[in-house]
Amino acid sequence: MSTPASSLAQIGKSVVIKGELSGSEDLYLDGQVEGSIALKGNSLTVGPNGQVKASVDAKGVVVQGKLEGNIQASDRVDLRKSAIVTGDISAQRISIEEGAFLKGKVEIQRTDAK
Amino acid sequence: MSSVSQTFMKFFRGASGPETIPAQGSQKLTRRSSGLGELSRTWESAENLCVLDLGSTSPANIRHFTEHGHRIYSEDLLTASTDPELLTKDEQGNAVLDSRKFLADNLVYPAAHFDFILCWNLPDYLDESLVKPVVGRLWSVLKPGGMLLAFFHTRDAGPDSPCHRFHIIGADTLEMQKIVLRREARRGPTGAVHTAISDGFQLQRVFNNRHIENLFRDFASIKFFLARDNVREVLVVR
Repeated sequence: MSTPASSLAQIGKSVVIKGELSGSEDLYLDGQVEGSIALKGNSLTVGPNGQVKASVDAKGVVVQGKLEGNIQASDRVDLRKSAIVTGDISAQRISIEEGAFLKGKVEIQRTDAK
Repeated sequence: MSSVSQTFMKFFRGASGPETIPAQGSQKLTRRSSGLGELSRTWESAENLCVLDLGSTSPANIRHFTEHGHRIYSEDLLTASTDPELLTKDEQGNAVLDSRKFLADNLVYPAAHFDFILCWNLPDYLDESLVKPVVGRLWSVLKPGGMLLAFFHTRDAGPDSPCHRFHIIGADTLEMQKIVLRREARRGPTGAVHTAISDGFQLQRVFNNRHIENLFRDFASIKFFLARDNVREVLVVR
């Protein structure tokens, strides 16, 4: 199981947040968040203890825990084997490990070839 | 066949919620599917189709459809049907599942939304009280002219036929994986999480051709493919 790099902003597993969460750096979230998460240009990692009930807008999203809400990623979404996701996913690339659970839509955004 | 209450007792004794997982070390079987082959010819030549996969989350299926530029919806109805809150009693006091609640929580899509629905073996393993309501909802969310693929065991398959999940690995080829249920149990005295694993879903009934035709009587057409592995593939068009 991957662990957060020391340079990441981190929300520990005992932390509970309700409301809008936004930032301009990568975030490792192992606690509970309810509301919305906007990290445009940066990545969100939901750790194995993470429980998120929020719409997520980020460059990259990695889910190891539970996420309920739509994911909009400008780059990629990784659902690890312990991920439980309920919501629609829109991304340029998606990777889903065997064992991950998804209830929702997967739509790949296409970038126009130049 | 086990009753609803027996099935629920098996799934939920001390459980917080089941998840389906492939059986540990289970052999993956491949099978040719004529029904899938027929569907593939359509989705390989079209773009931006909308597909509903009613089996366990399958990375292979999601990859297959997104690579073709389609949108795929994944919804594991069989696992959803094991929600203990669905358990209720009918007028005679028999344990049944509350189909209204089930359809309020699942298969919630606009009418005529999907071009294809992959039912796999869902009707064979779904509780009796949910089968007709679910097929009715599937009719309404399928576009006119849209197609639905379902698999039904023949009587020769036997009552212990394991429930499989299906991964698309070719235009007419499926990989089958036996399903078991994993339940997250409570933490033990040492703090360690104990996970209970039970057998997979049990075959609830065997439909004959007339039952299947009745089940899909609101659809415009129905086509049967008899496979070698005691499975009838059924392709219906709304």
